[in-house]
Amino acid sequence: MPETMYRYDEFDHALVSERIAQFRRQVDRRLKGELDEEQFRLLRLMNGLYLQLHAYMLRINVPYGTLSSRQLRRLAHIARTYDRSFGHFTTRQNLQLNWIRLHQVPDLLAELAEVDMNAMQSSGNCVRNITSDHYAGRIREEIADPRPWCELIRQWSILHPEFSYLPRKFKIAVTASPRDRAAVRVHDIGLHMKRNTSGEIGFEVVVGGGLGRMPFIGKTIREFLPTADLLSYLEAILRVYNLGGRRDNIHRARIKVQVNAVGEEKFRELVEKEWAEIKASPLLAVPEAEVARIHAYFADPSYETLADETSSLAALGQREPAFGRWLATNTVEHRKSGYIIVNVPLKTPGCVPGDATSAQMDAVADLADRYSFGELRISHRQNLVLVDVRQKDIHVLWQELVRLDLAAANTGLITDMIACPGLDYCALANARSISVAQAIATRFADESEAAAIGNLTINISGCMNACGHHHVGHIGILGVEKNGQEFYQLTLGGSSAEDTSLGDRLGPGVAAHEVPDLIGRVVDHYKAVRHKGERFLDTYRRVGMDEFKTAAYGDKTADKKKEIA
Amino acid sequence: MPLLKSGAIVTDNFVDVSADSSIPDSGSIIVSLEQWLANLDALIARREPIGIRLRSDQHPEVIADDLDHFSVIALEFPIFKDGRAYSYARLLRERWGYAAELRAVGDVLLEQLHFMQRVGFDAFELKSADPVSDWLTASGEFSAWYQATGDGRVPARALRHQT
Repeated sequence: MPETMYRYDEFDHALVSERIAQFRRQVDRRLKGELDEEQFRLLRLMNGLYLQLHAYMLRINVPYGTLSSRQLRRLAHIARTYDRSFGHFTTRQNLQLNWIRLHQVPDLLAELAEVDMNAMQSSGNCVRNITSDHYAGRIREEIADPRPWCELIRQWSILHPEFSYLPRKFKIAVTASPRDRAAVRVHDIGLHMKRNTSGEIGFEVVVGGGLGRMPFIGKTIREFLPTADLLSYLEAILRVYNLGGRRDNIHRARIKVQVNAVGEEKFRELVEKEWAEIKASPLLAVPEAEVARIHAYFADPSYETLADETSSLAALGQREPAFGRWLATNTVEHRKSGYIIVNVPLKTPGCVPGDATSAQMDAVADLADRYSFGELRISHRQNLVLVDVRQKDIHVLWQELVRLDLAAANTGLITDMIACPGLDYCALANARSISVAQAIATRFADESEAAAIGNLTINISGCMNACGHHHVGHIGILGVEKNGQEFYQLTLGGSSAEDTSLGDRLGPGVAAHEVPDLIGRVVDHYKAVRHKGERFLDTYRRVGMDEFKTAAYGDKTADKKKEIA
Repeated sequence: MPLLKSGAIVTDNFVDVSADSSIPDSGSIIVSLEQWLANLDALIARREPIGIRLRSDQHPEVIADDLDHFSVIALEFPIFKDGRAYSYARLLRERWGYAAELRAVGDVLLEQLHFMQRVGFDAFELKSADPVSDWLTASGEFSAWYQATGDGRVPARALRHQT
């Protein structure tokens, strides 16, 4: 395990192994018929196990998206041994395995625990995996590494005696960069690390964001929370929600509904009042030594002192355009001179967005060992990231990625789509997501065309529950079912970044085969009217919906008129 | 229903009259919040111990000033996934200093025992066939925990730094 991430100590190991022993008993009772499915349901959910269309699905947490090569290899092994040799990385930095057999789950969990991983609370009405910026700790613009705080929150949330039976699931995201890559404004609680006027580090606290059937952008209920008060403030919010959130209707039970029902001001008052009672409680104090202990795990790897090679890389990119395109789209400046952050997209055209085979996981784990101090990240856009690559290794790494078919030059481009598993796997879905994503990827497979379009995110959900975050895609696609037919509704103008917005409906739904061309017309219009260097999102915000609507449906409307005539 | 306390089945000395239309003149009883509020003076004047049963939509804040009168507070779980009583229990124990019996009633399952103990429940109306062995299993299931509550157990974040 690299020395640069959290490792379980005796307490963490005890808790996880005792939880597995408990679940092993529960599975035994279920298999013997002592527990019926209704009683077993919540127990398995709290351990990450869903019953899907065809089989059990297990959702494994990758806490705040940080993963070691050893852990990734173990995930590859688990997918190979207990599943069909592939897994699906999700928007919440989890890995889902889709073909799991119940009686094997306790053994699987024990294998995970050996590499300091678990599936606890990846489902159920409790605090879920804490997510964060996939560049955390490595990007120059951030004011602190958010991951030690994520780890502190993770531990506070696991098997919380008071908050394990909340009205509904509860998602917390943390970022420490001005540019938000963790979508904190569409989480139940979003924590945005900031400095106050005295230069101290703390959190802006955003509450009540979320997507699903009732999308809301979160409200800032506290501009600045000192780090020492983190757990007491979270506990105050959770208590207000546990007592006041609706429990009579599953579709009205998220905290966003409570915040909007009582109003932002009143909700803030409730939290502040509760916080005043518990703020000084020794029960919620975190010893400074504990904060220091957790921080120490996230030490820098042993970086070499290297000269910056940005300009020579750019020159190499001129000579080799394919490398140049990849370098321009898939890499990000590192805070250390001579190093670079590399996105490894799980978006090769024709593949399922977010899916990785065991062989690919093993291969990327090897690359992480050779080129990135054995550390990786999972991004909420369903890609892998190598965070510590020497610039002088980048060309060799790229060639290796090309051989593995993992070098699509599309990070942040139109083919870097988010897609939920959809009707191919999910019991809730109304429509397929994967095949639509594949059709769009094929339509825009030309990398130079995609590069010419520039930054444009497409998010696809197969139902209103919005696991594919369609509301916050620059272009969002929602699959719906009408009279046994799948239709797809498009939205434009969504964003999950610091400029969070919910997309506007483009127009009537279309059949699956019409989606790529509909998007094609939207994109063509954008290219026709954009200012130099203007992103799709900014063009849309500038010109508005009307002309995009005409561009998208104009022909059809004309055809209809002809028919009538 | 068997009443479990301190790891053993005990005789329940209380009669739960919270669903009844009238209150008996004598005996140890558990009343509803409505009965308590409607018969406050008479109930306070009784010699025998008295308990109160609260539904999960009845915040114990309304009896926070009356806690000295109660020998039992029973908090109801109408269904096990309704988790409000976990918060009520902590408020009663940690904020208002309630020290007498705190009883979990309703849909109380083996799997919730660990959490219930940690938030301050010390008596359990269990529906299971063998509540004592359930209790022993659930009580011994975890040796480590991340949270501090009013039960005094020291969380991992503090244990790590004790010398």
